[in-house]
Amino acid sequence: MTQRVSLAGLIAAGLFVIAPLIVPGWVLFLLTVALAKFMVVLAVALFLRGGLVTFGHALFYAVGAYTAGFGSKWFGVHEALLLVPVGVLLGALVAALMGLFMARYRGVFFSMLNLALSMILYAILLKFYWITGGTDGISVRTPTLLGFVPPRDAIRLVYYYFTLVLAGAVTYAVQRFLASPLGFFLKALADNEIRIEYSGASVQRVIYATYVLSGALGGLGGVLAAFTVGHIVPEYAFWLQSGEFVFIALLGGYGSVPGPLIGAIAFEFIRTYANKYAPYAWQMTLGMIMLLIILLQPGGLWAMYEGVAARLRRRAEGVSHA
Amino acid sequence: MATLIIIIVDGFVFAAILFLLSVGLTLIFGVLRILNIAHGGVYALGAYMGTFLALKSLDLGWHPYLTYLMLLAGALITGLLAGPLIERLFLRRVYGQAEAIQLLLTFAILLILDDLIKLIWGTTPMLVSKPSTLLGQVSIGGISYTWYHFLLIAVSVVFGGALVWLVRGTRFGKIMVAVISDREVSQAVGINVNRIYTVSFTLGALCAALGGAAIAPTIAVAPGFAVEVVVQSFAVIAIGGMGSLEGAALGALFIGLARALAIHLWPEFELVVIYLIMLIVLMVKPEGLFGAVEVRRI
Repeated sequence: MTQRVSLAGLIAAGLFVIAPLIVPGWVLFLLTVALAKFMVVLAVALFLRGGLVTFGHALFYAVGAYTAGFGSKWFGVHEALLLVPVGVLLGALVAALMGLFMARYRGVFFSMLNLALSMILYAILLKFYWITGGTDGISVRTPTLLGFVPPRDAIRLVYYYFTLVLAGAVTYAVQRFLASPLGFFLKALADNEIRIEYSGASVQRVIYATYVLSGALGGLGGVLAAFTVGHIVPEYAFWLQSGEFVFIALLGGYGSVPGPLIGAIAFEFIRTYANKYAPYAWQMTLGMIMLLIILLQPGGLWAMYEGVAARLRRRAEGVSHA
Repeated sequence: MATLIIIIVDGFVFAAILFLLSVGLTLIFGVLRILNIAHGGVYALGAYMGTFLALKSLDLGWHPYLTYLMLLAGALITGLLAGPLIERLFLRRVYGQAEAIQLLLTFAILLILDDLIKLIWGTTPMLVSKPSTLLGQVSIGGISYTWYHFLLIAVSVVFGGALVWLVRGTRFGKIMVAVISDREVSQAVGINVNRIYTVSFTLGALCAALGGAAIAPTIAVAPGFAVEVVVQSFAVIAIGGMGSLEGAALGALFIGLARALAIHLWPEFELVVIYLIMLIVLMVKPEGLFGAVEVRRI
């Protein structure tokens, strides 16, 4: 079983590596954005596993994005290898502060407090326009890598691979987290909180650790998204952005690591086509798909894939499917 | 002194609307144990429907006083349509499921409602000011207010009183309390729990729609005000205690006055102030001012 999973993983990784050879430039751009968002969605999915919904993780996404923006606008720092760690650290730091408070809440309180805090950041980004650029946002210059500016026609390619490598690292880190005792306790949190405490662990500590990790992931995703898109606006912290992350986690399936990745890619394509065919009904499209998933396929796309894969496997092994 | 009067009157007006909204949210939460994020969508829908009908009636040359009736009709249509529809079609399927799923479901409905409004009425703000200007103005301490503002407060107080009477003083209210305290036993003694759920949710939706229709003549209704309202009314019921009617009233007053204070002293950060109050109250008294401490289930 593990062998089969890692084989599928290898094939997927291989596809990502050779993708630039196959797909046109605009798809490469979508993939880069999807990989950046995937990291934040992974953070949201971690909480969903624990039975907690966060409508505020755009906050960390914005912290990361504005790290890149401020670095570019105020400090003249354009070095990707500097901005990325700073974004991750700031995301983790903000999460470490908020987590002190947030780890005490569950259920609707957790959701709404996250939402409230992200809306505070949104208001701040909007109102302190002399620092943040207000609704106009900040243009983020193409960052340098180790001091070199990538040649113009290779920028997209370079940052695609840059993001891909980081996405690989994040996937590995989160897998390790989920395989650790903390990861198992997080999953148990959705079922029964008190039994976790009976087994000698601290629920608050589990949530706190997850929160800090999720902040770091959000910061990373934000920096990378800012690099790719090249322009940031306060909407990065808006509730709709948070809702989008939750949507992607649900779409891909939050029970696994590949789920959010598939969700993030599917989402970028859905958005591209929805913009083309139903530009005024974007939220409605999201809502409808969400309803369908909740009512018909709660495991998301990944569960759908696993169901099909299991059926195929059974057929291949010659067992008739009832 | 003049500023103080403005803050107090404005605060009470905000509180009146917030109360209508939050009491619906708290009612739904109390009975169904679901935080209905779509509540803000119903509120916005009520505001649009009321404005639309009132403008239509003015277009048709009907008597201006009929606009009040039109606003009420808009609220009733919205609440009585959206309530049973949302509850029967969607919420019913997720009772007893994980809280996360229930939250996500109502969030999805909010997204749909928000866009539905844009599709029906477009994105240009609409305003029917007739009901507000019709009643004339009154001067308090040198500042003039429309009587409509006081009508809002009166409507809110009467409605709140009626709701308390409904829950405490009628057979239906007693049945509702029974369902809240134990769903299964209620069913065992012959209460139609499903019907209570539908009626309670519809009642809650009606509160939201009424709040929307009532505020509509004082503001231009524009898309996108659904979400802020959800967070604000959540703040109100979190402060007052989830599921408590008195809590909603007190929370609404608290938030209403705080918001009025912020608007006059620190206008850029009116929202921040509300969230900060919520954070502080939840830090000090997580179950809210009127909430009961929940026994943890093993």
